This record gives sequence, C-alpha cells and structure tokens, in this order.
Amino acid sequence: MYEGPIQDLIDEFGRLPGIGPKSAQRLAFHVLAADATDVKRLALALTRAKEEVRFCTSCFNVAEAELCRICRDPRRRDDALCVVEEPKDVVAIERTGEFRGRYHVLGGAINPLEGIGPDQLKVRELMSRLSSGSINELILATDPNTEGEATATYLALMVKPMGITVTRLASGLPVGGDLEYADEITLGRAFEGRRKL
Amino acid sequence: MHVRRLELTDVRSYAHAAIDLEPGASVLIGQNGVGKTNLVEAMGYVATLASHRVSNDAPLVRMNAQTAVIRCAIVHEGRELLVELEIVPGKANRARLGRSPVRRARDVLGALRLVLFAPEDLSLVRGDPEQRRRFLDDLLVARQPRFAGVRADYDRVLKQRNALLRSAYLARKVAGQKRDLSTLEAWDQHLADFGAQLLQARLSLVEQLAPHLEDSYQRVSAGEGKAVMEYKATTTPGTILEVLAQVRDEEIARGTTLAGPHRDDLLLRLGELPVKGYASHGESWSYALAMRLASYTLLRSEGIEPVLVLDDVFAELDTGRRERLAELVRDAAQVLITCAVEADVPESLRGARYLVTPGEVRRD
Ligand SMILES: Nc1ncnc2c1ncn2[C@@H]1O[C@H](COP(=O)(O)OP(=O)(O)O)[C@@H](O)[C@H]1O
Ligand SMILES: [Mg+2]
Ligand SMILES: [Zn+2]
Repeated sequence: MYEGPIQDLIDEFGRLPGIGPKSAQRLAFHVLAADATDVKRLALALTRAKEEVRFCTSCFNVAEAELCRICRDPRRRDDALCVVEEPKDVVAIERTGEFRGRYHVLGGAINPLEGIGPDQLKVRELMSRLSSGSINELILATDPNTEGEATATYLALMVKPMGITVTRLASGLPVGGDLEYADEITLGRAFEGRRKL
Repeated sequence: MHVRRLELTDVRSYAHAAIDLEPGASVLIGQNGVGKTNLVEAMGYVATLASHRVSNDAPLVRMNAQTAVIRCAIVHEGRELLVELEIVPGKANRARLGRSPVRRARDVLGALRLVLFAPEDLSLVRGDPEQRRRFLDDLLVARQPRFAGVRADYDRVLKQRNALLRSAYLARKVAGQKRDLSTLEAWDQHLADFGAQLLQARLSLVEQLAPHLEDSYQRVSAGEGKAVMEYKATTTPGTILEVLAQVRDEEIARGTTLAGPHRDDLLLRLGELPVKGYASHGESWSYALAMRLASYTLLRSEGIEPVLVLDDVFAELDTGRRERLAELVRDAAQVLITCAVEADVPESLRGARYLVTPGEVRRD
C-alpha cells in the first residue's frame, strides 16, 4: 500500500477492465514519471471523452453530434440494417468494407446471469426502426458466443412475423488459417456442421 | 500412444519430479501416502483437464505454492507432442502445445487419450448421477474432442436459462410481479440444440459400451450376474422442446431447468438388481473397474490406443481375477500400475519398475 494520491491512482487504474494490480501500479508510476503536459493531455482526453462523446440517437453508436457519421451519410443504403453488440463491432465491420447499409448498436447481449434482458438493451428502439418499413434485410452480427447467439435467436423470433429477411454471420474455422492448425474442437465442430455446396 | 515423460512442478506433494516412461507395462511401487496417485492424477489431468479426485483445482497445487505445472511428452504414431499445463486455482489454466501457447486450455484435449481406474471410481456406481454423466461425457471427449465444446456450450446455456427462470421465480415471490420471459424461447432453442447433440452422442455411446461392460465384468467379478447399463433420459433427442413446454410452469415455480441431459442418469444393474443400494462392496468395485475396462476396449476397438492407468487395483483382486485382468491388458500400448506390494501384480505385467518415495520418483 502506498500513501494518498498515488494509491488513489493505482486503485482507479485497477478498476479498469483487463488491468490487474501489477499493471495498475506500473501505469500509476508511469504517470508520475511523465511530463506534466503529457499528463494534462491525458486527463483532458478522459474528461472530454466523457463530456463530449454522445450516442447517436438513431443507431446508438458513439457520435459527436446528434447522429453518428454513418447515419448522416446519404450514400449508405437504408434497406439493410446490421445489429451489433458494441460500437467497436461497428468499427470492425467497417474495416471489412463489405457492408454499405446502416447499423444498430444494442449495447450488449442478453445475459440473465448479469441481469441483462431486452429492456436493458436497445431492442425496443430496434423494433421501431424496423417497423418503419424501409428495411428489407436484418443482419445479426452479435458475438459468436452463448449470449450473442441467444440474442440473435431472440431477435430473429421477434422479427420473423414482420417479413424481413434475417441473416446471421457465418462462423466456424478462421479464414486464412491452415486446417492443420485448427484445434480439435473447432475443426471437429466445423466438420460436424459442414454444408452442402 | 504412450507417455514418454511426465514432469511436475509444485503439483500435490511434488516440488519437482520427472519420470521417463516406456511403452508397455510399468509398475510404480511405494507405501501408502507416498504420492503414487498424485502422479497418475496429474496424467489424468492432462487428458481431461480435471482431477479424478477433486472437483476444484486448489488441492492440486502444492501447499504454499501459487501455481502447478504439468509437462507431459506424448508419443503417438512415432511423433512426440509436448503438452504443458499451468494450473492457477480460481483462474483459467494456461496451456502450451508443442511449445506454442493455445488460446484456451481446452484446446489440448485429444492430445492424450487415457483411461484411468482408481479406487475413487467406486463413486461411479455409488455416487450421484452427476458422476455417471461425467463418465460418459469424458469418454465422448476422448473419442471426439468436439464434445468438450458441445458440453461447455450446453452448460453455459443451462446456466443462463436457470438464471432467467430464477429471476422470474424471485420476481413472482418477492413482488408478485410477472417477470419478462420473452427471451425464454431463444434459450429453449439453444438448450434443445446442444442438448440433442449431447444426448444423441450419449445414447449411441451407451449402446456401444454395453457389450464391452458385460464382457469386462465377467473377467473381473467375483460373483455372478450380468452387468447391464441403460441410459435413463428425461427426453429424447427430438423432444427436448416439447418436454420443456410441458414442464414450463413447474420450472417457473421452482426457478430451474427440469428436463434435458443434465437431469439424465446411467442406470447400472447386475442382472435384475440395481448396483447402487444392492450390490456388495466387492461387486460395486468390480463393476466400476469393468466400466473403465469397457471404455478402454471400446477406444481400442476404434483404433485409438489409449494409455491405461490402474491405480491400486491388484491388491483388491484374488489370484484368478488378477490373471484374467492381466490377460486383458497385457498387450496395451502402455499400462501404468501402482501398488504398495509388488507381489500383488502378476508377473506378466511387471515391466519397468519405479520406486516412489515422498516427493520423489525414480527408475529402479
Ligand atoms: N496440495 C498438496 N500439497 C502437499 N502435499 C499434498 C498435497 N495434496 C496431497 N498431498 C500429500 O500427498 C500424499 C498422498 O499422495 P497419494 O498420491 O494419494 O498417495 P498414494 O501413494 O497412496 O497414492 C499425502 O501425504 C498428502 O498429504
Ligand atoms: Mg493412491
Ligand atoms: Zn447512428
């Protein structure tokens, strides 16, 4: 245990995701050793991010204005909507250059163990966007884990009566990898889930 | 397949120990409590990522140490593969396969196929259904590692579904409210999907295992009676959704999932009588041994040549049964036998000798 402000700083860093006590201590002493101007810039970036970054009122991606850059872009297609869990997933899909439609950020996945259900996510907002009638395809790009899959199934069941095409990202073997390097479980399941060409 | 070398650091009673092994039969000799089971337990851990003795990992780490490391060199079809596991209680294990780290420790499953019989296996026949389900699932994974994934997914969905049912139950009890169960249908679908895969696999496994069980029991049993196993399911693979719909009200009233492979059992009988509650100690013990031997012969019949471990087996058998067991396992690719008294082990199985003393094991 250190005294006063340095211990406070260690504790704050330690509360961040993925930062253990040792890293927290290293970060805190890094800050102590850094130039005062660098530290001010960091502090300013932190407070500005919290004060100025907003969430897009349409898709709930991070935004600088009322609508995010993608929702403001008139060149994007209005008939395809891609549902993701977090803003970082938007960035990941944008990097692929494959998708020219719009997004909807749920803010997580259904997770009863953590008390997260549809009411804690932007599900009602999604339904109201879908009921506008201009969307033909809904792409469910939630994470390929238990909670993401359940969320996708839940949304698919909800949307089915609306006559909108619902698609899900393919999952399985990582592309670009050699078959022989896939572990037994992944390769075994991919084999079991093989499809007809 | 055989284990060529096992190296332990801060595992159970061993600060550091290494043992070079050979194919064929080996005997590990030592008084009670010197650490024989600790050695084979570590080997079992490499194969299943769990101990056959304890359900949490803390006791595997040597007293006052933080982490335990097991290194195991496995020779299969002329190629050697090194598996390294670092056990950190309360955290995810770290694993390396052939010196490169793997994403999840689970990825090493399949590297070592091993069948272990130990006195603790008495709980297979006497314990609760959970033990028998694990017996089946471990064997599924040994044959097809993908079932480790199916099983993990099933367990995760089950946990989430139970949490949802429990919150509905609490909301009703505490506030008299109706809790939103609109997501239940989605969880049902996933439970039914993974559940059907698991159930189907267990059913066909039991069908294939049954004749081997009957045969193995005959070899090692003292008494009479035919060993029969039968899978007792709460659903069929195709009716999980249907059964869930039938029990839904009760599930909400009790806040837990009431049907599916996690509620199934494996019924074990000797002739007409159930083993549990009826069989003698000797019969129960022979039955448990026969279950492991049946697993072993089944794997071998499929071209998988697993390592066989017989922990403290021979002391419990009379001469006739010792010889019959020896005959069954004599041509094993590798069989490791632990004992306190070497004379209990039939001549034909006395290959390499290893002497175990507290904290140490050495080739004689
Ligand atoms: N985590 C641990 N740290 C230190 N010693 C342990 C640990 N777990 C078990 N032991 C010791 O190991 C011994 C039991 O070893 P075991 O392999 O079961 O004996 P046996 O040779 O009879 O099979 C006991 O003396 C026990 O105290
Ligand atoms: Mg022992
Ligand atoms: Zn937007």
